[in-house]
Amino acid sequence: MGWLFAVSLALQEQRERALWRALPPIALGHMLALVAVAVPLLLLGSVLPLRAVAIVAAAALLAFGAWKLVRWYRHPRWVGMKVGGRDLVLWSFIMATGHGAGLMVAPALVALGDGHDGVPARVTLSGIGAHTAALLVVMAAVAWVVYRWAGLAILRTHWINFDLVWAAALLLTGGIAMAGAL
Amino acid sequence: MTLLRPDPTFYPSPRMAMGAPPERHAYVATLNPGRPGVPDAICVVDLNPESPTYSTVVHRLDLPNVGDELHHFGWNACSSALCPPSPHPHLERRYLIVPGIRSSRIYVVDTKPDPLKPKIVKIIEPETVKARTGYSRPHTVHCGPDAIYISALGGTEDGKGPGGVFLLDHFTFEPLGAWEIDRGDQFLGYDFWWHYAHDVMITSEWGEPRQFENGVVPEDLLGKKYGHRIHFWDLRRRKRTQVIDIGDEHQMVLELRPAHDPRKTYGFFGVVISVADLSASVWAWYRENETFKVKKIATIPAEPADPALLPPALQPFKAVPPLVTDIDLSLDDRFLYVSCWGTGEMRQYDVSDPLDAKLTGTVQIGGIVRKAGHPKGGPLKGGPQMVEISRDGKRVYFTNGLYSSWDEQFYPEGMPGWMVKLDVKPNGGISVDPGFLATFGDARAHQVRLEGGDASTDTFCFPS
Repeated sequence: MGWLFAVSLALQEQRERALWRALPPIALGHMLALVAVAVPLLLLGSVLPLRAVAIVAAAALLAFGAWKLVRWYRHPRWVGMKVGGRDLVLWSFIMATGHGAGLMVAPALVALGDGHDGVPARVTLSGIGAHTAALLVVMAAVAWVVYRWAGLAILRTHWINFDLVWAAALLLTGGIAMAGAL
Repeated sequence: MTLLRPDPTFYPSPRMAMGAPPERHAYVATLNPGRPGVPDAICVVDLNPESPTYSTVVHRLDLPNVGDELHHFGWNACSSALCPPSPHPHLERRYLIVPGIRSSRIYVVDTKPDPLKPKIVKIIEPETVKARTGYSRPHTVHCGPDAIYISALGGTEDGKGPGGVFLLDHFTFEPLGAWEIDRGDQFLGYDFWWHYAHDVMITSEWGEPRQFENGVVPEDLLGKKYGHRIHFWDLRRRKRTQVIDIGDEHQMVLELRPAHDPRKTYGFFGVVISVADLSASVWAWYRENETFKVKKIATIPAEPADPALLPPALQPFKAVPPLVTDIDLSLDDRFLYVSCWGTGEMRQYDVSDPLDAKLTGTVQIGGIVRKAGHPKGGPLKGGPQMVEISRDGKRVYFTNGLYSSWDEQFYPEGMPGWMVKLDVKPNGGISVDPGFLATFGDARAHQVRLEGGDASTDTFCFPS
């Protein structure tokens, strides 16, 4: 929901620039959350066979998804509304980590290593880079549409329970990854 | 839990909340001090003019303990659930968090599935509140985006402070602990609220429990020992950043009503009494160059009275003090309602310009000497006290009880509870709805909460 934070900052300051200024740090924080998962995976891949890493990643994802399904309403609680770039990076990192964003892409990161000897760092990082760039584009599009066109009323009518959807997606991805690894 | 959309009572901005449907019922805290074996209760009052039971109590939830002294209460969740740092919009505005200010017990009341028949689902015992938070005498409840915030008037030592703020977990309702990290020399507590979008909390001062539990302490009042300061805090870092002393002739700084629009950084507070001339006053705080300042925007003078008509405590003064004990601000930040509990008057001020309040309406009802009547019920005892405004700003409700031992000092003839409704004209002006007078028998009535939210409940993170 980083886009929503960006929209609220722009509305609060009455300047669209605030929206564009908020998005890069939010994307950066998200990327760091992925790196925080990728680095241990890379290290694990240097000592274990790829299949074992894939099983570990899938198991972690399933466990986290199950926890989210039961505790979907729990969110990390940090920061207020007066935020600078550094706050947004850290906020985004905490939110992404708290929602398992890094775990979600772990199976894909492992799969990128297929055919290589272990998980190659260069491929992993470029995967994360591509993912973050895509995220930034999507966030910017959603934020801009809500800010300029749709308006805040959309929050009341079109905000489905993403927490449950996300928990289901974590479990589904974990299940597929586990099946593939076994 | 909702699946496809947020709770429909959550609104991003105050202006959107003003488009909410009219409230159909209210929850009213009623208390029974001095009646052995009779507990306090949450009453459900029918507010639907089309209903045959309009303006009557349609359900009463008796508490399982006697002597809690219900006072203020609030919702578990509100529009702050949409705030972007930690949104959780699929919770429901469902539970009333109901503290007993005398017992320090907290009840959690479930208003679903049948909102007309609420039930108690959890009781937090006083020992738990004190052990986990270091506070007692819980008072104001506000639904924050990240937790339920409650102010408290007492510490753990009997009758003593400090008062402060503590947190309840949003989901389990377990007390989490004291909120403050650095309180400076803040000691007295009462109300709190915030400019959430600016990371600012504001707290006010009444007195220590020993100064109010057995009635007003005249030596403390004349000695100017009640609260006369307002504190500003960094909400994010939990530190007090500024304190303003409005002068010790002004005694008891009570309700705080910040502007609802999150772009604004001003608000209002009421002062019960000036020991210089028994007047009451309304003040605004506002921010200039990152510093808060205050300005008195209205003074309400005491009214001379025949001592024979006054309770013993007031006879030497030969006057009725107005006693501003509650204020409330409409969601469009335009009208401020001011309860004059002593003189029996509800005032409406246009505060579009917050530093230049204009009196736009007044209604007289009850009062120590005036005892003004209601078209539906004749003369009334007590005066306008806890006031609540509908989200659309068109209706105002208020009750007559202040605090049990103070009620008895100022209204020694007794004070059966009542609730009155005013209709508001679009450009200012108020009148009593002759068809609405809810009564509560011998019980006294205190805070009113309206179905779906009202003007002193919700925090909005998006500007109008």
